[in-house]
Amino acid sequence: MKDTPLTSWHRNHGGKLVEFGGYWMPLDYGSIVEEHLAVRQRAGLFDVSHMGEFLVEGVSASPFLDHLLTNPPSRLNVGQALYSPMCLPTGGTVDDLLVYRLDEKKYLLVVNAANIAKDWDWVSQASQHWPLVTLANVSDTTALLALQGPQAQSLLQPLASIDLNTVSYYHFSPQVMIDGVPVLLSRTGYTGEEGFELYLEGNAAPTVWQSLIDRGAIPVGLGARDTLRLEARLPLYGHELSETITPLEAGLGMFVRFKQPGDFIGRGALERQKSEGLQRKLVGLTLVGGIARAGYPVMDAEGHAVGIVTSGTHSPSLKKPIALALVALQQSAIGTPLSVEIRGKMVPAQVVATPFYRRGTHL
Amino acid sequence: MNIPTHLRYTKDHEWIASDGTVGITAFAQDALGDVVFVELPEVGRELKAGEAFGVVESVKSVSDLYCPTDGTVAAVNTKLIDQPELVNQDPYGEGWIIRLDPHQSGMELLSAEDYQKETEGA
Repeated sequence: MKDTPLTSWHRNHGGKLVEFGGYWMPLDYGSIVEEHLAVRQRAGLFDVSHMGEFLVEGVSASPFLDHLLTNPPSRLNVGQALYSPMCLPTGGTVDDLLVYRLDEKKYLLVVNAANIAKDWDWVSQASQHWPLVTLANVSDTTALLALQGPQAQSLLQPLASIDLNTVSYYHFSPQVMIDGVPVLLSRTGYTGEEGFELYLEGNAAPTVWQSLIDRGAIPVGLGARDTLRLEARLPLYGHELSETITPLEAGLGMFVRFKQPGDFIGRGALERQKSEGLQRKLVGLTLVGGIARAGYPVMDAEGHAVGIVTSGTHSPSLKKPIALALVALQQSAIGTPLSVEIRGKMVPAQVVATPFYRRGTHL
Repeated sequence: MNIPTHLRYTKDHEWIASDGTVGITAFAQDALGDVVFVELPEVGRELKAGEAFGVVESVKSVSDLYCPTDGTVAAVNTKLIDQPELVNQDPYGEGWIIRLDPHQSGMELLSAEDYQKETEGA
């Protein structure tokens, strides 16, 4: 088990520490609901230093990544980022990640903590056929802070060496001074709110963290990170994506670029799945009278099993139970009445449009 | 941690009052975090000591409630259907869960002092 550069801060400030992806991480600092609402209404600060970071460099970096990922990074401008699934030849998902184009021949990949070792093996293996690519795993020395919420920019601006308006959505600036500390700053996030992510040297992380807290950022744990991303219908690897769930089934078709000319790992299987038609699809559910949790069975109106819940919780914004579920295509239309089996009881559910929550909604 | 001396406790963090009222302790609600759903038993149901009679759910977790003693469910706190947060706000008062009509004590119950020792060991 590893600590992040901020684990001791979390411990000293009421953080309930849990093991996640091999790190001691804060689940919450007392109330997931209050932390969730702080992000929706003000600005929340997350330590997500457990995430993994790989550098990919070399004259073949672009064609290599276009081959590795379903959303080709070569079309990025320097200073731009994208989201992409990374697939197996079967079309199942190895991981989903962010790609930053640092310069013409250098990229930063940001992967899920629980998948760092697996991804490193996968990417290293794939790179064997690309002699002009070098890889570096900088996960252990890189800290990552996320500042999210409608007040994120006004809170961060006075500490920043650049005008934050010059950084647009899914763009970044490679060296911004924040309170005197150099960070890579991107306008990205995993909450459905406006906000920024700051990549920096681990030993500088406590200084920047404390400055943001002193300016009024609310510390937020992984519990609220999960409810925030679920309301925004952002997938979580291991739930909505896995080695047996393809990006197409998870509703991420826009990140699988069949239009690109070259081959990519999983292309054949994904094209086949698309042309034959999906058997199942990820949908949003709301329920009355119970909270659906991951793994609970989903039934149709006649009581036949038609799918499974991938994530479910009580939505702090909507104040009702919400869930994502993989269900048979025939049962996936918005408005379809379904039920979820909760502790042996059939609890009524309905397929609803997602995201459950949209930025700017008044709470 | 608030552990009233007039109540008796289980190792599973339920309390029971002399009138048969049952709830969860301040320690338990703090460990759970925000309670967002409580599943209540039907009035009239016969329960054995140690039997799971309902569920409290926080944002993150699902926990069974265990009956402190043999008895019949005489009342349930229907306020918790719309205000499950009462379990957090007032675990020994407005956040009570069921009222039992107890038969005999079928389970070893703890004094406040013994329960305190349990939570310190946790």
